[in-house]
Amino acid sequence: MGKIMTGAQMVVEALKREGVEVIFGYPGGAIIDIYDELYKTDSIHHVLVRHEQGAAHAADGFARSTGKIGVALATSGPGATNTVTGIATAYMDSIPIVVLTGQVPTKLIGNDAFQEVDTTGITRPITKHNFLVKRVEDLPRVLKAAFYIARTGRPGPVLVDLPKDVQQAKAEFDYPEEIRLRSYNPTYEPHIKQIEKAYQLLEKAERPVLLIGGGVIASGASSEVLELAERLNLPVIMTLMGLGGFPGDHEQSLGMPGMHGTYYANMAIANCDVLLAVGARFDDRVTGRVDAFAPYAKIIHIDIDPTSIQKNVKVDVPIVGDCKRALARLLEVVKEAGKNKKYFKERFKEWWEQIDIWKRRYPLSYKYDPNVIKPQFVIEKLYELTQGNAIICTEVGQNQMWTAQFYKFKYPRTLITSGGLGTMGFGFPAAIGAQMGNPGKLVIDIAGDGSIQMNIQELATAMDQRLPIKIIILNNGYLGMVRQWQELFYERRYSAVKFATIPDFVKIAEAYGAVGLRITKPEEVEPTLKQILTIDKLVILDVIIAPEEGVFPMVPAGKATTEMILV
Amino acid sequence: MSERKCTLSVLVENTPGALARIAGLFSGRGFNIDSLCVAETLDPTLSHLTLVTRGDDQIIEQIIKQLRRLIDVYKVVDVTEEGDYVEREMALIKVRAEKENREEIFRICEIFRLKIVDVTPRTYIIEVTGDKDKLEAVIELLQPMGIKEIVRTGTIAMKREKKNI
Ligand SMILES: Cc1ncc(C[n+]2csc(CCOP(=O)(O)OP(=O)(O)O)c2C)c(N)n1
Ligand SMILES: [Mg+2]
Repeated sequence: MGKIMTGAQMVVEALKREGVEVIFGYPGGAIIDIYDELYKTDSIHHVLVRHEQGAAHAADGFARSTGKIGVALATSGPGATNTVTGIATAYMDSIPIVVLTGQVPTKLIGNDAFQEVDTTGITRPITKHNFLVKRVEDLPRVLKAAFYIARTGRPGPVLVDLPKDVQQAKAEFDYPEEIRLRSYNPTYEPHIKQIEKAYQLLEKAERPVLLIGGGVIASGASSEVLELAERLNLPVIMTLMGLGGFPGDHEQSLGMPGMHGTYYANMAIANCDVLLAVGARFDDRVTGRVDAFAPYAKIIHIDIDPTSIQKNVKVDVPIVGDCKRALARLLEVVKEAGKNKKYFKERFKEWWEQIDIWKRRYPLSYKYDPNVIKPQFVIEKLYELTQGNAIICTEVGQNQMWTAQFYKFKYPRTLITSGGLGTMGFGFPAAIGAQMGNPGKLVIDIAGDGSIQMNIQELATAMDQRLPIKIIILNNGYLGMVRQWQELFYERRYSAVKFATIPDFVKIAEAYGAVGLRITKPEEVEPTLKQILTIDKLVILDVIIAPEEGVFPMVPAGKATTEMILV
Repeated sequence: MSERKCTLSVLVENTPGALARIAGLFSGRGFNIDSLCVAETLDPTLSHLTLVTRGDDQIIEQIIKQLRRLIDVYKVVDVTEEGDYVEREMALIKVRAEKENREEIFRICEIFRLKIVDVTPRTYIIEVTGDKDKLEAVIELLQPMGIKEIVRTGTIAMKREKKNI
């Protein structure tokens, strides 16, 4: 017999059973009963945010940086709708978060009651699954299922909508140790025949490429990736979500592909004869014009989600399964086949020579300017100073792309960025989540002057929690990425990309009790970065950069990835 | 690639959101639904759905996978895939039954074994069951009499049992 509890008590108890130590939320009438229970417990640390979007992004940043489930809490109506962007962001990048929302009492549902919205209806297309709990008896099982679904298979956000009367009603609390859902059985173990076929292709390849995506991070497969890449002498390309899944400073790394990818990554894909894609979903920003993507390649695609396979590109060897397990199996097959490292070194020698020619022809570069700070220079210096030992969050726009290009991510879960949805205002609240989950680590948000204003209210949250996050604003005075498109494709008609009012970010920092600094000259970059890295407090560093600097290379939308604009 | 019609037999958890999820999947991803038929099964915790859609092979493969990805979907079978299946649809057709065409209506009903399920001095309601072709044929023949209203159920389908020797 389980203990008799209220629904609100069950929620808190379930959080404890799931090992949740930190949650991010904002109270309101429809969730007040759960807040009352949180008041009575010490084992869950509640982070009071300043906007529910911040709570969802913080839960997301916590999840991305730790690999654990992030939890957000919001009230009904506007509280729930404020989480929507955060949920969609997590959904697009397959991040496991659980969002708990209050709802009006069951009797009032459908009545346009005060602060009622159809939360499960609104979030249905942006959650992996969601629940409206109508009976308190169902609550333990639903909560268990919510965590289970969020974490397993292809991870994703799960929302549980909790009517106020259900929070108050009592029932027996029997929390299932395990749960089985007959209609949900993700495939982890890959088909061995397919793995063998994959190896056959790789062994016979002349110009192979290994492309890794977010699935490598999610499944913790980076050591398998490294072993496979080194054993087979494969060039490795990381999508934005895959950065950190393979060391960016490794001599076999070609960096990122796609719209703002490196010349040599795009050329390698365009010319390869076997493409092994692991946990990547062939997003249009990666493929460019699809019919010109990897036109000569036989494609092997490993993914846990069958819908990702054959969705955007035609795949020759589909492998449904967990990336880590599939790569482990592949490595076994490689070893059994007995061809050693030297064999592949020899075999792909010419291919590497070709890649080196591409690398030398158009390395990632920018024009250094002694009079004005180039954003790429800032990222380069930051990399030199941190050596990859930091959690780097980004906002969205040019700041994000410069970071992806010039910071050599070495370890998984060190880049926290909104890839699929491209959500401005994500980086800073995500940094709060990341710092909560990694107290001792250096957490940096590379921001744009536009994006940072989208969740700037969370400065108060970070100060509440005494988080020593470093916000580096690459301040070009523009919504730079949009400006760049206007410059290149709209004959410089700069429509709505320059704010008339730009706040003084140094004073904003100071107003919140944080440290604010500003630099305008290249020679200030290194010393100031060094300085902020020693400050054990939240810092905003406002870096005034060349206003019209662009992100290059660039593949115009809808063009083939070989049609790059190079600086 | 050429488009084909595809009839899917889908078993889903009998929960409030399940149907909305399926409908949302089709609208959100731009898939077609030609008809949709939902009813209980012998197991009260599961509902059965027959869904007729169209697309080339790649789209149909996506539709099936996307359906399977939904947490509430228990089973998806492409009934049309192997070709050996039974398909039925029902329609109720309200026709003008004036003196001069009653004779003709009776004849059509007899040939197609249709049932007249409601009679008023000026109209009949006729029940038709059969495959799509039969329904269309009947509708075409009744058209000249003056059809006032038609209600159709949408297709239901079932795979035939394998006739092993
Ligand atoms: C919420 C949201 N609104 C609009 C956009 C479209 N958008 C993409 S990049 C960008 C400009 C971002 O400006 P800023 O933060 O200053 O970054 P920069 O590109 O200048 O580095 C905009 C408006 C978006 N990605 N997200
Ligand atoms: Mg900007």
